[in-house]
Amino acid sequence: MKHCLQYISRYFFAILACVAFTQSVSAQTENDALMIPKNFFCAAGLYTHNSWDKYWEGTFKRENLNLGTISSNVYAVGGNYGLSNRVNLLFMIPYIKTNASAGTLRGQSGIQDINLAVKWMAIKQEVGSGLLSLHAILNGSLPLGNYQADYLPLAIGSRSKSVGLKALINYQTGRFFVAGSGQYLRRSNITIDKDSYYTTEMHYTDQVALPNMTNFLFSTGYRSLKFNAEAVVTKINTIGGFDITKNNMPFPSNNMDATSVGAIFKYSFQNVAGLELTGGGSYVVDGRNVGQNKSFFAGVYYVFSVKKDKSDK
Amino acid sequence: MKKNIYKVLPIMMMIALAVFSSSCKKDIQEKDRSEDYPALAPSNLDLNADVWTPILTASNTFTIAAPDAITTPNYLADLNEIKSYQRNLTSEQRDIIKYWSAGSVLRWNEILRELVAKHNLPPYQKEDGTYPFPSAANPLAYPLFPFSNPPYAARAYAYVSAAQYDALVQAWKFKKQFNRAAPYINDVNVQALVPKSTLPSYPSEDAVVAGVTGKMMELLFPGDLDYIQKKVAEEKLYRIMAGANTRSDMDAGENLGKQVAAIFLARARSDKAGAAIGTQADWDNFATTTTAAGNTPWISLELPKRPPMLPLFTKVIPFLFPTTTVVALRPAPPYKPGSTEFQKESDEVLAMSNNHSREHERITAFWADGVGTVTPPGHWNTIAADEFVKHNYSEVRWARNLALLNMAEMDAAIVCWDAKYFYFNPRPTQMVMNIKTLIGIPNFPSYTSGHSNFSGAAATVLGYLVPEKASAFMDMAHEAAMSRLYGAIHYRSDCEVGLQTGIKVGEYAVARGKADGSN
Repeated sequence: MKHCLQYISRYFFAILACVAFTQSVSAQTENDALMIPKNFFCAAGLYTHNSWDKYWEGTFKRENLNLGTISSNVYAVGGNYGLSNRVNLLFMIPYIKTNASAGTLRGQSGIQDINLAVKWMAIKQEVGSGLLSLHAILNGSLPLGNYQADYLPLAIGSRSKSVGLKALINYQTGRFFVAGSGQYLRRSNITIDKDSYYTTEMHYTDQVALPNMTNFLFSTGYRSLKFNAEAVVTKINTIGGFDITKNNMPFPSNNMDATSVGAIFKYSFQNVAGLELTGGGSYVVDGRNVGQNKSFFAGVYYVFSVKKDKSDK
Repeated sequence: MKKNIYKVLPIMMMIALAVFSSSCKKDIQEKDRSEDYPALAPSNLDLNADVWTPILTASNTFTIAAPDAITTPNYLADLNEIKSYQRNLTSEQRDIIKYWSAGSVLRWNEILRELVAKHNLPPYQKEDGTYPFPSAANPLAYPLFPFSNPPYAARAYAYVSAAQYDALVQAWKFKKQFNRAAPYINDVNVQALVPKSTLPSYPSEDAVVAGVTGKMMELLFPGDLDYIQKKVAEEKLYRIMAGANTRSDMDAGENLGKQVAAIFLARARSDKAGAAIGTQADWDNFATTTTAAGNTPWISLELPKRPPMLPLFTKVIPFLFPTTTVVALRPAPPYKPGSTEFQKESDEVLAMSNNHSREHERITAFWADGVGTVTPPGHWNTIAADEFVKHNYSEVRWARNLALLNMAEMDAAIVCWDAKYFYFNPRPTQMVMNIKTLIGIPNFPSYTSGHSNFSGAAATVLGYLVPEKASAFMDMAHEAAMSRLYGAIHYRSDCEVGLQTGIKVGEYAVARGKADGSN
């Protein structure tokens, strides 16, 4: 049991930046079942590169020679603190820089949103030969900058406040696990720089109602003290929103759906306690009003105890 | 102790969720100021509008049947129809009344803006890299007709507003001639669900506007006639349900509106806008002529290269002055590459391109009015409408004011296009490759800026109509013009000269307004 707990605690924090048209960034830690023990802190530094040269305009898949390849570099710092063995507090702040390889449109850069999460392991019990855990994750985001949200596909974010609730179930037997989760994300209205806009009708306001979102994830793989590898399938989906009309620009309240597949790897150094390297990638296999994003990331974690010595008591 | 936290935590999470959730609750609900427009209660009925000078129809004769007397069975049946609607109004019908009560000219202006935004999309290229053109004969085949780009939109706004104005002037003549009061005056059992007015109700001013506009749309937005006719029918029903007009008021008004539309449609069909796209030979000729004059010709920066937008719009017949004035208003040539002035302006665009101030981004986005929007003339219509609702104009004055604004916008488009295609001058990004822009580059020559022309003309007209706001409107126009420099798609002189030219065009509309008998 102790072994199991330790090995859970050693697994960590990977960033999955799902760059659709809006750059939504989520920490893998929110998505996995692994908890950091009480009074431990994990500091994370992550780099993600996203790029796409094809996108779905509604259901029509196309390229745009006036944009070329849209890419972004995301540099994020984050942390995870073990409030208890069952409750973790997480945060992450990304800096994002976007670019279009063709045409003249200028990329955008800046600090995006702070992402905060509370992760609670509600149930943990042995079932059959393995361990079943059930988690509830409350997360939210707040824009940190006054960046321009209505600048798709080069905006660094949607500049909405959001709050989400996620349920996650994980079953681990030996070194193999399967996990699934579902999230509901509520997004606030945003304010844009225009005094009117057209979606499928005119709106005489600078307020844009962003559709809420769901996010489903399935992952499976191998976890050991030294090395982890997992395959991940995610599906994000806005509830409502409208299609980009033919040859129009994308808009923050579009109906954005994306299904992606990816892999995450992590290596823990045995000779430097607490140091871990991670990397991986993902690819959007199907979507609607999003870019067909290819993403890869690399990061470093350092896990340490914030209480000296006695914490093991 | 530890156990406690597990018990308390779910509650804490729920509280946190509630707090979070309320903090980002959608309680701002998209406040749409158009929905908040109050019911129109004109401060002045403009009873003398029958003698205001119309745009095209001063010498035309229109006919409508004399109305039935208010004691006839036909009229009593009309009143009974109103009462039967009023007895069982649904909430949907009350919403219709609230919507249209803000004013007929206003609502049709909004409908037009909506159609412009819907259709303001450049066609997607064909497989072979060439572009298809929309066809008025087959408006629902891709690419949908029309592509309501700024010149197209400026002309659409002008024709609709001018035709509405003339139709209302004609309506006022019949109103005075027949002098039949509103149903709520003739029958105490008819409720007035809109502000009461002593304006004679035959023919209905709302029906005149619906009739003339619906007919104009057959030319301008032929693929959306289902939507337009739905709105026409809705407005006719609104006036009856509101107790403001009888069915005979509405039928007569719609009929008159259609007669007036016929005059404007005849002009529109022969104003040369239909040939504004030009031919390959026309497009090639611009480049040849420009090169022969020793200048660098404009090239499309789109991929694949797109033919220039409506190059022969320069030939369209203006509303406010003869075609010779278009040439007379043409500004002096732009700075030549290699000159000190050119270099200075070019450096400035590059500097703007490197300026990341949020305020520049905001201004550029606010005035961008690009693809999928109501266009710059439409934006000025929005600005005008937001202002006009505060002044409680009569329908005929609403129409007159928007006609002045929109004729100026259309003529500004003609004058601006004339300069663009006479000089065929490259965009800054064509000359300096490392300039990055905050908006897409419009697919036509640089000199002078269309936004600046539109804004100079609009601010001049609005400043005449609402003198206490004249300097505020001109400040906005200046900001709109400069937004094109901040966005790094225009040189400073494109904006400054364009603004001045637009002001000159606007002054023609002001002169017309001063002489039209409405003051």
